Amino acid sequence: MIEAINQVLNGLQLGLVYALIALGYTMVYGIIRLINFAHGDVFMVGAFIAFISTVNWHLPFYIAVPLSMLICAALGVIIERLAYRPLRYAARIAALISAIGVSLLIEYGGSLKFVFGPNYRVVPQPFSVVQWDLSGISVSNIQVIVLVTVVILLAGLQYLVARTKTGKAMRAVSFDHDAARLMGINVDAIISYTFALGSALAAAGGVLYSVAYPQINPFMGIMPGLKAFTAAVLGGIGSIPGAMLGALIMGQVDVLSAAYISSQLRDAIAFTILILVLLVKPSGLLGKTGPEKV
Amino acid sequence: MILQVKDLNVAYGSILALHGVAFEVAEGEIVTLIGANGAGKSTSLRAISGLVRARSGQVMYHDADITRTPAHRIVQMGIGHVPEGRKIFANLTVAENLEMGAYARADRGSLQAAFDRVFKSFPRLKERLKQNAGTLSGGEQQMLAMGRALMSTPKLLLLDEPSMGLSPILVQEIFSIIQEINRQGTTVLLVEQNAYMALQVASRAYVLETGRIVLSGPAAELRENPRVRAAYLGQAV
Ligand SMILES: Nc1ncnc2c1ncn2[C@@H]1O[C@H](COP(=O)(O)OP(=O)(O)OP(=O)(O)O)[C@@H](O)[C@H]1O
Ligand SMILES: [Mg+2]
Repeated sequence: MIEAINQVLNGLQLGLVYALIALGYTMVYGIIRLINFAHGDVFMVGAFIAFISTVNWHLPFYIAVPLSMLICAALGVIIERLAYRPLRYAARIAALISAIGVSLLIEYGGSLKFVFGPNYRVVPQPFSVVQWDLSGISVSNIQVIVLVTVVILLAGLQYLVARTKTGKAMRAVSFDHDAARLMGINVDAIISYTFALGSALAAAGGVLYSVAYPQINPFMGIMPGLKAFTAAVLGGIGSIPGAMLGALIMGQVDVLSAAYISSQLRDAIAFTILILVLLVKPSGLLGKTGPEKV
Repeated sequence: MILQVKDLNVAYGSILALHGVAFEVAEGEIVTLIGANGAGKSTSLRAISGLVRARSGQVMYHDADITRTPAHRIVQMGIGHVPEGRKIFANLTVAENLEMGAYARADRGSLQAAFDRVFKSFPRLKERLKQNAGTLSGGEQQMLAMGRALMSTPKLLLLDEPSMGLSPILVQEIFSIIQEINRQGTTVLLVEQNAYMALQVASRAYVLETGRIVLSGPAAELRENPRVRAAYLGQAV
């Protein structure tokens, strides 16, 4: 029982990181109906920037995280500007292929010796790990930091999207680009803003992930990216609460199936659950039913 | 002239939707553009507000050439557009829809005044501010779409089939609100399939057929024109 609680806590930690990535997929999809396949790679770049700025530049961790978020926000904006915007009115498959191209470019570009290098790097702990033992249930300060950081970021995002003028414009654009233009909304600027937000969250996810699982390499974004994408679809792509819910479920599925079924099968189990849910409810758990646009 | 459209050609892919369309609107007028399905009425409005790019020709607003101006800048210059099918943001509340209408306003101070003016024309919106716009009835959605466009206090208002799908009583109500908005100083360019009502409220009219202006003149004159009566008013000549 105690062991199960510990596993659930591990699953929660992983799910929270997935949530940070899944939000970017869902927001970008909501606003331009594109699966940004390079999103997992932005997550990887986020982890590397924090690594370089703490190890090479000796910056403190609390500076490294926002710096990494800032650089990745810019990266997200550049990706959209160069790879997706020119194809916005082309067939959807063109943008999808472009997204896969960007993903490969970042992964193999990152593998170059003078960029991140092809090898695994071990991330030094930014602070000493403390384990608390609460009558058998073990909680680490890393878990607490992950939880607190993610909750703060999600609350901030919720505020931005629900309350600010730009957040309302994001929702307006996701509903209809032309109608949003007629309000005087600069749709291109809102799309850039969405990429910046999503990429910054993914970067934070990358940093937290590399603290919790302290090994990084240029291809580390692929599997978490795929899991987070699955989480976004599971929750209902385009829906922000859906992405959070899907990510929390995904974290549990990952950890619990590795612990109690088979760690070789955990990815297969995750994707099987996705397929089962979509068979029953194609729009995902919290997605809109019926057509996206009338 | 507040608006001058000169020799406008607009194409969707290889299909030309407007062939050398030209018309003008004077300050303070209600001008209507009537025509059958597919004549190019909506395309004309979309070209003015920058949602589609003209292949050639010119759109002049006051003395400014806005043919290549981005849509969001055109709104800031004072042209409001209520699109065909309303296009209200169903995922936003009524209040948020109206706020979006004021998105382009530079003077946030007069925001409350804009809200008050909209509530005066459409009191029903005030009772439904917190409601999701997608749950409004068709008539209320039309009111919201118009109210939303008025939030930017446009000098020129483009209306695309405001009577579509409304009951006869609501059509009357919407048209009298259009006249009221016009009396308060907003110039109106009205696109309608309901030619009967449009010719009642407009001072001048243009008739569009397959992308060309085929007739124009004072509304009162066109009401008596045999061709208009046969084709658009459903009356025997
Ligand atoms: N997005 C588009 N892509 C291709 N063709 C289009 C598009 N929009 C309009 N058209 C074509 O352009 C022509 C003019 O259409 P438009 O919508 O301007 O007509 P309309 O007069 O507004 O008709 P309605 O009264 O039915 O609204 C039509 O032949 C239409 O099929
Ligand atoms: Mg039309």
